[in-house]
Amino acid sequence: MATMSKSSRITITFVAAAVALTALIAGQQRPAAPTSPPAYRAPRMADGHPDLNGIWQAMVTANWDLQDHDAQPGPHPEVMGAYGAGPAGQSVIEGGEIPYQAWALQKKKQNFEKRATVDVSSDKKWHEIGDPEIKCYMPGVPRVTYMPFPFQIVQGSGPAILMAYEFASSTRIIRMNSKQEAPTPSWMGWSRGRWEGDTLVVDVTGIREETWFDRAGDFHSDELHVVERYTPMTPYHLMYEATIEDPKVYTRPWKISFPLYKRMEKNIQLLEFKCVPFTEEMLYSRFSKR
Amino acid sequence: MTRWFGFLMIAGSMIFMSPASGQAPKKAAAPSKTTVPKTPWGDPDLQGVWNDATSTPLQRPGGVGAKDVLTDEEAEEFQQQLAHDLTRDRRDGGADADVNRAYNEHWMDSRRLKITADRRTSLVVDPPDGRIPPPVPLTPEREKARAARTAANARFNAGLPENYVDMSLPVRCIIRTDSPPYLPTIYNNDFQIFQSPGYVVIAPEMIHSARVIPLDGRPHLNKNLKQWLGDSRGHWEGNTLVVETTNFRPDDGAVYQNASPETFRITERFSRVDAKTINYEFRVEDPKTWTKPWTAVIPWTRIDPEEQMYEYACHEDNYDIVHFLAGAREREKRGETK
Repeated sequence: MATMSKSSRITITFVAAAVALTALIAGQQRPAAPTSPPAYRAPRMADGHPDLNGIWQAMVTANWDLQDHDAQPGPHPEVMGAYGAGPAGQSVIEGGEIPYQAWALQKKKQNFEKRATVDVSSDKKWHEIGDPEIKCYMPGVPRVTYMPFPFQIVQGSGPAILMAYEFASSTRIIRMNSKQEAPTPSWMGWSRGRWEGDTLVVDVTGIREETWFDRAGDFHSDELHVVERYTPMTPYHLMYEATIEDPKVYTRPWKISFPLYKRMEKNIQLLEFKCVPFTEEMLYSRFSKR
Repeated sequence: MTRWFGFLMIAGSMIFMSPASGQAPKKAAAPSKTTVPKTPWGDPDLQGVWNDATSTPLQRPGGVGAKDVLTDEEAEEFQQQLAHDLTRDRRDGGADADVNRAYNEHWMDSRRLKITADRRTSLVVDPPDGRIPPPVPLTPEREKARAARTAANARFNAGLPENYVDMSLPVRCIIRTDSPPYLPTIYNNDFQIFQSPGYVVIAPEMIHSARVIPLDGRPHLNKNLKQWLGDSRGHWEGNTLVVETTNFRPDDGAVYQNASPETFRITERFSRVDAKTINYEFRVEDPKTWTKPWTAVIPWTRIDPEEQMYEYACHEDNYDIVHFLAGAREREKRGETK
């Protein structure tokens, strides 16, 4: 449908106004606060904090592209056919787009063009091109959260929470109320947690600059700072929000959000996705004996 | 390059020591019920970071004769001898040895130069001689696989690997000391234990995996599913965590000592014996590999909370795999064959 008739538009305006009026009237009886935390009260651990234990999974397609994206062929349709193709999806970014600096937008495009190319012929080139996912690297934060694989939150009574991810057997330790700074950059970063009401807030720094955000080539520098928020909404889902800051690459901080759903299958468990054997031929075969 | 040779040679020598005889082992002390702390939901509390490094060999070496437990004086001498043999900072072997030991103590876990606090001469406690029972003769098929692996190792050790499959699973960063049974090695001997209601999760430092152990009595995965680290189920016997692991992959090197994945059985027992120690016991059996089951006990020592466990990345910067292969191709070009 290319255009909308004038009368349709008037009708829609009228209906919208009526809905707004109804809400206003209802609001007089029971104040509505659409942006405040929901009334849901999560089960508690012995220390009084919400119990976030469980196996969770994002159902977004952000691993293909954080921004709006149409369904797309894979990088080698001549070999992979529809197997390598990616699903369409709506942006998970507040405002829709990543506020790149001009040079960085160019680099993102170059990243995308060479996303399925690797060159490990010298130590220096090793990390220059190719999506780290294709090389089976630990994905870093926040990408690991929206890889299309489940992860488990292990929250006990110790001073740390474990997040264990199926993809590449990645793990990260959330050090609660820690004052220690990242000792050195690492693939999964340095995560320090704290509670703000029912929300687990995780401050992540020290993420290796080679990690990407998606297959579209979205990237960051060594100054990446991510603040994640995990808020229980119902027994079956958490809201995940992450604020992403990197003055070297973006013009301002930006934010993503989407729900994490609890995996409810009987006897659900994390399985293994140890992908090193799936990428070795691509990485190393040019050095094999002919 | 030295790095990987170092890893293989030292890890290999720690795991397979030379034979000797012995007598009945001293039973590991039973945990006292009153001293074991509990989680708020009532399970024995094993949370924390633990380290299993030791110089005590898996099998009892010949030099100390038949003794299973040493006196203080003997223990001191035993420890000094082991530390002397293991140290990478020795300069008494000439230029070649120096080059090999360039991957020196700086990189190693210094805890591995000390014997266990209970002064045992072997980690193996059963059979009582402290030795792994004699092997069962291999079937022709398994003998063929073993010979192929020996040949691949020889190519690798000669600096002439044909391809990445010539390298072992640890060198390829697929599994390392995260595969049960847990045995001490040259570095990164830390394990952080997490618990939540219904689970114990062991996060070995090397290689950054999480072994999630459900405690709710659910069945093992269907036998069609195979995993590098197997599939673990746990339960409490008093204050001891007992873990059974099945569903190992059949790949060469995936199961401990290349036991047969269909018949290999492993039971691990984690007992907190005091504030700073967990006794880690494993019992393995495989009628296709060993003539009888055997058991080892390794103390895990709680490390200072200030000394935390950090990420151990492996594959992500595994430059050496290319150095090995590119070096081998270059050597072939020059006509070098060994």
